[in-house]
Amino acid sequence: MDPRFAKTRELLYQLRVADIIRREPIVTHPDQMMSELRAILRDRRISGTPVVEDGRVVGIISIEDLIGWLSSGGQDCPIREKMTRDPEVLYADQLLVQTIQHFDASGFGRFPVIDRRDGSLIGIMTKGAIIEGLLGKLEHALREEEIRQYRASHIFEDLTAEYKEIYLTYEVKGKDFDLAGKASTQMKRNLKRLGIHPDIAHRLAIASYEAEMNVVIYADRGVMEYRITPQEVSLRIRDQGPGIADIEKAMRPGYSTAADWVRELGFGAGMGLQNIKKCADRMDLRSTPGVGTTLKIRIFTRKANETE
Amino acid sequence: MKLSEIVERLGLEVRTGAGHLETEVTHGYVSDMLSDVIGNAHEGAVWVTLQSHQNVVAVAIMRSLAGIILIKGREPDEETIRKAEAEGVPILVSEDSAFAVVSRLHDLGIVGG
Repeated sequence: MDPRFAKTRELLYQLRVADIIRREPIVTHPDQMMSELRAILRDRRISGTPVVEDGRVVGIISIEDLIGWLSSGGQDCPIREKMTRDPEVLYADQLLVQTIQHFDASGFGRFPVIDRRDGSLIGIMTKGAIIEGLLGKLEHALREEEIRQYRASHIFEDLTAEYKEIYLTYEVKGKDFDLAGKASTQMKRNLKRLGIHPDIAHRLAIASYEAEMNVVIYADRGVMEYRITPQEVSLRIRDQGPGIADIEKAMRPGYSTAADWVRELGFGAGMGLQNIKKCADRMDLRSTPGVGTTLKIRIFTRKANETE
Repeated sequence: MKLSEIVERLGLEVRTGAGHLETEVTHGYVSDMLSDVIGNAHEGAVWVTLQSHQNVVAVAIMRSLAGIILIKGREPDEETIRKAEAEGVPILVSEDSAFAVVSRLHDLGIVGG
């Protein structure tokens, strides 16, 4: 699907009525005359108003009501007699997606928006407001990400030096399955912004996630250092953990020393190091039992560019 | 087939990512071992699992999966829901077993991998 459309759908679930409505709308009083309404609609170029009495919305009057009144003779009378009483209202804290159903179901073109707590009028919701609000937010979100990607992807071109590298470092806490995977998830986004080839970013993210999970499962703490240069992306991950007694054995598919409770979470399948090996161009695993483990992986970006 | 159609045909409950159901799905994968999924699931696949903790969201992002189907009425943790919403990962819940879900996906033309 077109990613822009997906973003629009997402916004419908994120935005609330209060985010997009026209505030301080023009209102009328039920005792005002229809002839006054005619002037208000014409002068303010609007197609209807909420009708408010003692701070509460008692009705809604629209250009359709005005036309009906005109075509039946146009004899002046208070708005109270022509308005739609007790109109359906929207609440400021409702999700946009819910209001769209109201428009579809009722066929009305506008709804007063009121504060759920005190019933006071906050604004007016029209289809136009939804479209304007969505477009505004969409443009804003797209522009922000574009700017981020543009800035980041030009770092290597814009800066001049004999050697160019970017280092990004994360600390990993052992046994903390709540934060687990955070570094790798963020790095996937960072690499995208840096304009790294998606295939390279994908491979680094997977290798990085497996390595991160190993620290979380087995060690007390670790540090992940990512290094990005125009030629390659690499990761060095050092932990203070039990170390690996037999690296050859650890590399064997299906071999794992993970505790039962870790396996119940779906980790410790004995596939992590294999996955890392599959993703990396170079992999170097060193460990001292009782001290810790250092894993280095390198992925060359040149290769991906050449196969394009 | 779109993920939204799968939701409808299998009668899945949408727990997160309601705005991300228009993805075209061709592949499926079933496993409860996260490394197995990361290493072997097809990119964009729908993933059938009984794991409901928050690391499933990270796995889905890493493998760019279309969505996660939790089986046997497993409910995602609160933190899983929060993460999945933030990252736009659909989590769908089925009352059926993995076997039943997968055979229905197969009937809809979703292939393994």
